[in-house]
Amino acid sequence: MGDIDDIAKEKRVVFVTVGTTSFDALVRAVDTPEVKNELFKKGYTDILIQMGRGLYIPTKSTAENGSPALDYFTFSSSIADYLKSASLVISHAGSGSIFETLRLGKPLIVVVNEDLMDNHQSELAEELAERKHLYCARPQTLYKTISDMDPGSLVPYQPGDAKPVAELIYRYLGFPVD
Amino acid sequence: MEKGGFCISTMASSNIAILLTIGVITVLVIQIIYIINRSRKPLHSKSPRSLSTLIVLGSGGHTAEMLNLLYVLQTERFKPRYYIAAATDNMSLQKAHVFEDSLLGKEAPEEVGRAEYMQIYRSREVGQSYITSVGTTLVAIAHALWLMIKIRPQVILCNGPGTCIPLCVIAFLFKVFGIRWSSIFYVESIARVRKLSLSGLLLYKLHMADQLFVQWPQLKEKYPRAHYVGRLM
Repeated sequence: MGDIDDIAKEKRVVFVTVGTTSFDALVRAVDTPEVKNELFKKGYTDILIQMGRGLYIPTKSTAENGSPALDYFTFSSSIADYLKSASLVISHAGSGSIFETLRLGKPLIVVVNEDLMDNHQSELAEELAERKHLYCARPQTLYKTISDMDPGSLVPYQPGDAKPVAELIYRYLGFPVD
Repeated sequence: MEKGGFCISTMASSNIAILLTIGVITVLVIQIIYIINRSRKPLHSKSPRSLSTLIVLGSGGHTAEMLNLLYVLQTERFKPRYYIAAATDNMSLQKAHVFEDSLLGKEAPEEVGRAEYMQIYRSREVGQSYITSVGTTLVAIAHALWLMIKIRPQVILCNGPGTCIPLCVIAFLFKVFGIRWSSIFYVESIARVRKLSLSGLLLYKLHMADQLFVQWPQLKEKYPRAHYVGRLM
């Protein structure tokens, strides 16, 4: 029992999420020996992938030398619990999961989907990476981002505030602003 | 003689028709210029008691940003509230329900006001062919018009994506024809750092939004009429 508890305590999960659609290039990249090896070197023990509607099925495996255990599922009504229990999050570039992760203060690597037609999503990831709130990667360079990263050097994200918008709306409509 | 008289009368009536057309167009142009100018300034009426408000929920990250705004707004100033989401988006209205329930937990029902939830057809789904999208666009416009006639909101809050465009265009036309004056507020998504989205750009360029808010300073530099408000998320 004691041994199992110890192992459970040392579990360090990497949660990978592709959002509501699919992002096979990301799932495939995570499933490569290079990425798994880098994650293992950084001390992560488990990889859990939310793969959405993707066609590429990663290979389930248990932890072995040089590679973390890997598991996956398609969808979940809420990824909040997975984010909370993760030690590292690797996410698609959607603003929803980016800010949910940042608010939880979890280290985050955002992988930009280069196959999307109108790729405005990289704008946000790159801006937040410049401000050192997260790391921004492409599927091909993910292993390098992991090997170079230092989660301790990330700057905690201060959540924004909708009050300035509310005040401008009040002022415009003639409501008193207090 | 008779033939000549007929000629003169048709010429006269066509002249009248041309004059009438010119007159109507002039009135509409003056009306549009007036509306655009009026929209630049705050509505200096005495503090209104409450305004009926249409909230267009965009899905995913858009809905999350809109809810962050709703959580700080004094909802007794914006009632009743009508929520519209795309027919294919089943999460957003649920989230609006959760928000409304949270209000009822805090304040009296008469303070909170009534909330209604509606779905709207989208003009084009991702991947739909352009030929069939002509038909679906017409259906979507008719549906938007029907909803707007029913709601006739005084305030419209939207933040993209395209779902809000037909509703905003109809609201603008209501202003032009004197049917209803509604103030349109558009919050550009936080995901837009360097360029406005297509919806944002349309509302900005056509002067249709009374106020357009952006969340990054880079956008304010590029689009000076926009208001920089910092991040909502």
